[in-house]
Amino acid sequence: MFGLKSASLFGDTKKLEREIDEFVDIVSEVGLVFKSIVPTYLNHSANGKFEEMVEKVKEMESKADKITKDVEHTLYEETLIPDARSDVLRLLEHIDELIGMYQGNCYHFSIQKPNFPKEFHEDLIELTETVVNCVESLCLTVRSFFRDIKSVRDNAHKVTFYEKESDIKFSALARRIFDSELPLDQKMHLRYFVEKIDRICDQAEDIADEVQIYAIKRSV
Amino acid sequence: MEITILIFLFGGLFLGWSLGANDAANVFGTAVGTRMVSFTSAAIICSVFVILGAIISGAGTTETLGKLGAINALPGAFAACVAAGISVYLMTKVGLPVSTTQAIVGAIVGWNLYTGSSTNLQVLITILGTWILCPIIAGVIAMGLFTFTKRVILNRKLHILRLDAYTRTALLIAGAFGAYSLGANNIANVMGVFVPISPFTDVTIGNLFVFSSKEQLFLLGGLAIAVGVFTYSKRVMFTVGNDLLKMTPVAAFIVVISHSIVLFLFASQGISAFLQSINLPSIPLVPVSSSQAVVGGVIGIGLLKGGKEVQWSIAGRISLGWMTLPIIAALISLIVLFILENIFNLTVSF
Repeated sequence: MFGLKSASLFGDTKKLEREIDEFVDIVSEVGLVFKSIVPTYLNHSANGKFEEMVEKVKEMESKADKITKDVEHTLYEETLIPDARSDVLRLLEHIDELIGMYQGNCYHFSIQKPNFPKEFHEDLIELTETVVNCVESLCLTVRSFFRDIKSVRDNAHKVTFYEKESDIKFSALARRIFDSELPLDQKMHLRYFVEKIDRICDQAEDIADEVQIYAIKRSV
Repeated sequence: MEITILIFLFGGLFLGWSLGANDAANVFGTAVGTRMVSFTSAAIICSVFVILGAIISGAGTTETLGKLGAINALPGAFAACVAAGISVYLMTKVGLPVSTTQAIVGAIVGWNLYTGSSTNLQVLITILGTWILCPIIAGVIAMGLFTFTKRVILNRKLHILRLDAYTRTALLIAGAFGAYSLGANNIANVMGVFVPISPFTDVTIGNLFVFSSKEQLFLLGGLAIAVGVFTYSKRVMFTVGNDLLKMTPVAAFIVVISHSIVLFLFASQGISAFLQSINLPSIPLVPVSSSQAVVGGVIGIGLLKGGKEVQWSIAGRISLGWMTLPIIAALISLIVLFILENIFNLTVSF
């Protein structure tokens, strides 16, 4: 009886480990797609490809949702990691929201089609890259929370670094937009997009702070 | 077997039930309380291994208790067990983690005083000495194991889920070992006083195996402990698991294994004989308190973490309980013996 229970315990454990790894992979991949989506959108000639990429992000978001639900069920049904279960689930939900933010940005680009003049392209791409780097560092932080608790602090520090970078780039770009000769409605529209992209970093930093607290709680 | 003998044995069985309900919680309390192990799994493993420990390795500590005071009449043994049971119940009511060990020793000394039998002071001092040593040894073992385990976990970079699975398995194994050690070390508390006056006779099974009267007594005591585990320990396990120092599952495992090692050390005739054979001082085979071992382990880990989390006032209250329990048990023993002899006209000693 106990032998079988133990075998299923280790089986469930391996399956969950794979699922959590896959979930973090998705976050990372969505980021990489998003990094290409912005220049693709700005380059109007490749609009078909842009829609293709938006669809890809949507698929990955659905997959991440499914994994979150699976992990949630297994953790509760098998009463695994009772001491850290609620922390892990909250963490996965917040990361899922992050994927949702990427997806939301893609949809907004697709529906509202903001008109970014050429002079802002480079800054917008740089801001996007910083945001994606920030989330990449968050992925490392999350991975270290699960496997290498000693590295959580170092990786979380990188998230904070990129968040600050992103704030600087956001402020500079927003200032340039409002200093330009564009009509006010367009300025507001562009600011909305820049702000929404920057918010991904804020969410990533909040999650990194959360992970640091969970890591302290998890210390043996 | 006469019905009166059964009634007298009931005193020991009552104490066994109390041991199952209270002391077994020390073995699986943290695991069940933190929901790492289900109560049913804990109760089954605990019962099986307590019985095995009692039958296979319970003789050593029983001899020591016998030397402290050889109760030679069934009513006397009954009185000692009832006195111990009542005193454990009273202390548990006050909320202090005590063990049947301290109670039975106090009750035996009470019997000695009442009947004018001499108390073997050397044995008494050995027992009291181990009660001081037991939590200290458990604490030191816990500190060493905790440091080692923490280092291994950090270096191996185990996934949180893998660590969880390993910890569950470790808790089950440590619990089984703990239950075996509890049975081996503490069966003397429950049935020790009945050994010299055992109502059973040796049974030979198929000319191969002799099931001695002592082993039959121990089996009976082990079953009483198992009944205590199944009927009453669940609540106590949750109390132990949640009310003691807030521990991680890994720390819980360290506490259980340290507790088990200490109980095993003080019950193992093999280790004692081995140490003697290489001219080292042997370990006295003494029934020690599982509560003391657990509290020692918890404080050991608390000290490693800087000592701030240890509730020293509670630790002091618990120590006071350990000191007063044997005295209370001795006093109750005197009262019960007086009642049995003067009201029921029973012979409490020969």
